[in-house]
Amino acid sequence: MTTETQTPSPDGTWTPRIVAFFCNWCTYTAADLAGVSRMKHASNARIIRLMCSGRVDPQFLVDALAKGADGVLIGGCHPNDCHYVEGNYKCLRRYQMLKRMVADMGIEPERLRLEWISAAEGEKVKRVINEMTETITRLGPLGIPQKFDEWDREMEHFAEHVAAREAAAAASARAEAGTQTEPVETAHA
Amino acid sequence: MPKPKIAFYWCASCGGCEETVVDLAEDILGVVEKVDIVLWPVAMDFKYKDIEAMPDKSIVATLLNGAIRSTEQEEMAHLLRRKSQYMIAYGACAHLGGIPGLANQFSREHLLKFNYEDGPALANERKTRPQLKFTDPNGREPVLPELHNVVRSLDQVVEVDYYVPGCPPTPKITRQAVTALLEIRLPPKGSVIAPDIALCDECPRKGSKPTNVSFTEFKRPHEKLMDPELCLLAQGIVCMGPSTRSGCAAACISGGMPCTGCFGPTSRVRDQGLKIMSSLCANIAPKEEPEIDKVLSGIPDPVGTFYRYGLAKSILRRKMNMPK
Repeated sequence: MTTETQTPSPDGTWTPRIVAFFCNWCTYTAADLAGVSRMKHASNARIIRLMCSGRVDPQFLVDALAKGADGVLIGGCHPNDCHYVEGNYKCLRRYQMLKRMVADMGIEPERLRLEWISAAEGEKVKRVINEMTETITRLGPLGIPQKFDEWDREMEHFAEHVAAREAAAAASARAEAGTQTEPVETAHA
Repeated sequence: MPKPKIAFYWCASCGGCEETVVDLAEDILGVVEKVDIVLWPVAMDFKYKDIEAMPDKSIVATLLNGAIRSTEQEEMAHLLRRKSQYMIAYGACAHLGGIPGLANQFSREHLLKFNYEDGPALANERKTRPQLKFTDPNGREPVLPELHNVVRSLDQVVEVDYYVPGCPPTPKITRQAVTALLEIRLPPKGSVIAPDIALCDECPRKGSKPTNVSFTEFKRPHEKLMDPELCLLAQGIVCMGPSTRSGCAAACISGGMPCTGCFGPTSRVRDQGLKIMSSLCANIAPKEEPEIDKVLSGIPDPVGTFYRYGLAKSILRRKMNMPK
């Protein structure tokens, strides 16, 4: 999952990659309205349609970050307007705790954003995506896949260590045997 | 016919898993009769070089407990993997990172500084830290293991065939695993040797679990006089049961304490901590941010609560913004 974790802009510099989870009944329809109305907004958000903001499992959000997203956006119906009555409240409660958890895990909570956007608010989709792109640009890349690679580099030392030790063992075995023949092929990892 | 060879090894662990093997009580005699223990550092004297001298795959199974957090542990995990037909992650630390995995919230420097300099119970005026190399009076240069930056579960280091969950695994689960091994009745590779259903299924308080839980406050076990019969969630106690694999016969709950999640998630859940957070938090009563936050303040340390055993195996694995 480490391939293409950054969005190159036309001039080759980094721009944020935002994964947006929009509910079918309000925010996704609003994004559609923004499109039909030919509103222009930043192209950094990849929108995923879900039936309800209550369907947004926190695993989805964190997984998106872990796979290279720089921020995640959730869009749902306004309070009291949820198509499924309670889904957006469930989302809000999870979101409040998730913000604390990601902060504890060393991720800026501003990389998470929850917005209530009704089907009529195409203009708000535009504003929120633009604002979020600005915020994430200011924060810079999150780069979790690169972090994972960096962390696991300490394990590569082991292979080097084993190779070195086997070489040393072979050398001392040769010395003990007293046979000073040609150098032995010890560099197998 | 020679008896099958078994190895027990420990890495970053507390010794509780070893205790469970002993807790098999008389049953352990049956096991000892049927197998040839080739390595068990906690109980018997063996040398690593004896293991190194064995042919590859000559050990039937290694039951390895503890997380991997030093070069020595990493090396032994690789060695035992090479020598064993089956590598079994035994206990929560090998399975999920366990309690040592919580160190993934701190940098190595932070841990060493606290444990060798700042800890309140220390007498270390010269601030001596463990050295990787030194020259002893005879001019020899012993090399000591190095602490890794990251605590890992066993399967983040070597390939694992089976997992025996629990902190520690119960004697019943251990017996099942050992019997399955000896009788060669093995489940599909990668299985966790415990039922693939949440703990609530076998909880004695299951009957009192409300259909709709609605939290108005969270209390920690020491903050409340708990009803010994009623579902802990109904009492506003954080119980990890709904997102934890069963198989322990609800041992903690039967003892009056909530489940803390040591058996890990079921196979359908990727991240145990996020899943229980999702479930508990969705079901709190308030609908406005300030009141929601007030209820959530009853869980002062969400990472330590929801990832008590699972941080190293969680999606994020480790705190992101740490100095190297």
